[in-house]
Amino acid sequence: MFCTGLLILEFGYREEEADVAVQSNVAGISKPQTTKGKSSLFRQSLRRLLKNKLAVSGFVVVIFMFALCFIGPLFSPYTDNKINMALMNKAPDMKHWLGTDALGRDILTRVMQAGRISLTVGLASMVLSVFIGALLGAIAGYYRGIADQIIMRIADLLLTVPSLPLLFIFGALLSEWKIPTDYRMYIVMLMLSIVSWPGMARMVRGQMLSLREREFMQAAVVLGLRDRRKLFNHLLPNIIPLLIVMATLNIGGAILSESVLSFFGLGVMPPTPTWGNMIDAANNMIDFKDRPWLWIPPGLSIFATVIAINIFGDGLRDVLDPKQKR
Amino acid sequence: MSDLMNIDGLSTYFFTEEGKVKAVDDVSFRVREGETVCIVGESGCGKSVTAMSIMGLVEEPGGKVTHGKIDFQGEDLLQMDKNTLRAIRGNEIAMIFQEPMSSLNPVIKIGEQIMEPLIVHLKMNKKQARIRAIELIKQVGISRPEQIADSYPHELSGGMLQRIMIAIAIACSPKLLIADEPTTALDVTIQAQILDMLREIKDNSGMSILLITHDLGVVAEMADYVIVMYSGKIVEEGEVVELFNNPKHPYTKGLLKSKPVINQRQDELYSIPGQVPNPLELVPSCYFHDRCEHCMPVCVSQQPQLKEVASRQKVACWLYEEAVVHA
Amino acid sequence: MPEALLEVNHLKKYFPVTKGLLNRTVGHVKAVDDISITLQPGETFGLVGESGSGKSTVGRTILRLTDKTAGEIKFKGIDIHSLSPAELRNIRPQMQLIFQDPYSSLNPRVRIGDAIGEALLDHGLCSKSEVRDRVLEALEACGLSSYHIDRFPHEFSGGQRQRIGIARALVLNPELIIADEPVSALDVSIQAQIINLFSKLQQSRGLTYLFISHDLSVVEHLCSRIGVMYLGSMMETASRDELFKNPLHPYTKALLSAVPIPIPKLKRERIVLKGDIPSPVNPPSGCKFHTRCPYAQEVCRSEIPEFRDAGNNHFVACHLV
Repeated sequence: MFCTGLLILEFGYREEEADVAVQSNVAGISKPQTTKGKSSLFRQSLRRLLKNKLAVSGFVVVIFMFALCFIGPLFSPYTDNKINMALMNKAPDMKHWLGTDALGRDILTRVMQAGRISLTVGLASMVLSVFIGALLGAIAGYYRGIADQIIMRIADLLLTVPSLPLLFIFGALLSEWKIPTDYRMYIVMLMLSIVSWPGMARMVRGQMLSLREREFMQAAVVLGLRDRRKLFNHLLPNIIPLLIVMATLNIGGAILSESVLSFFGLGVMPPTPTWGNMIDAANNMIDFKDRPWLWIPPGLSIFATVIAINIFGDGLRDVLDPKQKR
Repeated sequence: MSDLMNIDGLSTYFFTEEGKVKAVDDVSFRVREGETVCIVGESGCGKSVTAMSIMGLVEEPGGKVTHGKIDFQGEDLLQMDKNTLRAIRGNEIAMIFQEPMSSLNPVIKIGEQIMEPLIVHLKMNKKQARIRAIELIKQVGISRPEQIADSYPHELSGGMLQRIMIAIAIACSPKLLIADEPTTALDVTIQAQILDMLREIKDNSGMSILLITHDLGVVAEMADYVIVMYSGKIVEEGEVVELFNNPKHPYTKGLLKSKPVINQRQDELYSIPGQVPNPLELVPSCYFHDRCEHCMPVCVSQQPQLKEVASRQKVACWLYEEAVVHA
Repeated sequence: MPEALLEVNHLKKYFPVTKGLLNRTVGHVKAVDDISITLQPGETFGLVGESGSGKSTVGRTILRLTDKTAGEIKFKGIDIHSLSPAELRNIRPQMQLIFQDPYSSLNPRVRIGDAIGEALLDHGLCSKSEVRDRVLEALEACGLSSYHIDRFPHEFSGGQRQRIGIARALVLNPELIIADEPVSALDVSIQAQIINLFSKLQQSRGLTYLFISHDLSVVEHLCSRIGVMYLGSMMETASRDELFKNPLHPYTKALLSAVPIPIPKLKRERIVLKGDIPSPVNPPSGCKFHTRCPYAQEVCRSEIPEFRDAGNNHFVACHLV
């Protein structure tokens, strides 16, 4: 939803409905610009995005996963997660399409419920890290000076520490401090965003620095525009495409990180299912060899979702990359 | 003077997401031996693409030379295989570009870049090539040639780099030099030097020059024969003195009138109204019709053909079609 | 004597050249080296020079887009470089800049109606309801129509974008407009349109121009007074007629003779200078032009020539005049 929000912001909610032919300047080999009719940036970019079949299929898969995980459970008769030892570790059959786990719970339902958690954690941590990272990066890049130094040194510090071990330490601390399992999900979101905001901040700061020197920003100075207007009306709209791409790719990383953490028992703990801790349930040779339905569905879900998000993000980047626009 | 190169019906199209752009549309002209032909026009007229098409620099997908024949010394350049074409490029036909900074390899020494065509085409060994390269650097008016030969491109100014480009181009004594806006990016005093030098080289070696430019002053200084292009087509061509004194096509007239000339002040400059048409929306008509003060009904619906109206002067304009004017 | 609109006195702008890990300053690029210009209200001054002449830097320093190194810049008697940021912001509407590149001087993501009108709002120069009218008026004055107001820059051609840039400057009702090579990036037929526009606006609004260009023919058309710069120094300043009829400095003469004239087979005296423009990091001693000057003498190598009045308000910096 956040992505859609950003998308709308980016492309503007007013479309130009000009039917007058628009002139353009073709210089040799470069691509000519728009023609008559609806010529908004949004439509241009959308058209180009739709042409990229890979990106579209990525998007479709992502939507499918979301639909499956958030709407799917409504159709399942097994959502009460009752433990039934009689149904323990059954292979897939007509009653349980993906089989059951060690406690007799339906795998398919669990995968869908786990998906809700994993996807929510991924999305939420992305929102948080984009918010923090973009804000700090913008301040650092625009105001420079002391603010820039402080923010960047903190970011550098976090970047030099390898993220996974850091997350493991956080995760272990969570268990030490006996945080209730209900709250763990939210703490994990926080942890993931702490680890990924520096990368965001760096990129936003870099964009800021280069945008500041562009001639239209010099024009803004000569016009005597206020800082607020320069930041929000001029700089931000130019940063949003980059943000969208980074945010999209960030979700994939967040989902993966959460899965790894939960697999090691340092993230979200059972009974709350996540794809990561479902795979952990098959942590012994017997389950791994003889009961593939325990770990393949959650594993495949992670794989498919993350790849689809990345493919879509790449497609978005190809379309929104300013170098392509001219 | 015999013909060196004869271009017949050249068409180069670009295939973009928004449609087909006819960058060069049925262009025919010839370059005679020892002659300087200038193609003049504004952005988007197709003059650069014409040059690129001759050299085979138009890349698929995206761009393609779709029709035409380029007769160079009896052979069709467009039908040649890659190897034969490569043997001609840099050897018999050379090209220099607008931006010398980006046309030279930044990590290879100047001397080596000049030696390259000598070694590849003239089969010189390194020693001979180096001697010749130093000579060439001197020939293009650069002092301390040994020092320059050992420098890298970023150490030289724009004017010097363009001279080096010319040195590389004339290294194998080409019959034809194609120069695509060679002085547009240079200061005016440096431009004067470069143009002088090109004239001198041409006089000494009998080389032909195909000069692409948008500057009518440069055309007047350099050209023997002028071709005026607009929206991918040739609208007028002729010998330089005739064309400047007696322009026939309204576009040519407009161009000449709208250029501010030193010591010829006017209160208000003549300006051609409107803009270059969108290449994706061209319809069969005279492409200049919506900016022309002499526009007639036929101009809006039919495209005029290039016709010879005097010795070596051709125009594509309905004003010069007897039948139409008197209809 | 009416108060000059713009007074530039002995302006210097040096950029430090740093080397090494610690960024030691090893030298200076003397981009602007002692330039003085005075503009009366309604005057059009043309500043001419090639690359490295410093003409663009002069324009930007006057508007305080960059700080000065030394000298004084007075706009209507006020020292621009001693104003506080707030005071500077307040005075900005009165002095505007028009850029060279019509493609990069407009924000690609801002509709042009907003781009033109936003400064009015930020400075409180009119109410929200009036902005649209003011923008439309500016668009019309620049030859654009009202249906352009909600479009984005990429939908316009180079010439149209330049008009938008002019409208953006014009809407604030400035007294001084500095134009930095405004037609260099345009096609010949469009150049003429824009030059005419500048002319018309100047007459109808009594604007004062500082017109920066490398093209003498454009400057001749628009300006009443012209200054020729070389490597940061002013070589010659005179009224337009004086300069073209009677150029005194060898550089000016060379510049004039180098401009290609669209008259084929024209016989004229060509002064083709030798050598390249020296780097501004290491300018020649004495008269900066002596390395390329066909008339250089010993004194030119050793002494910097004084910028003096050669009569008729015609100033030259040359030992041989």
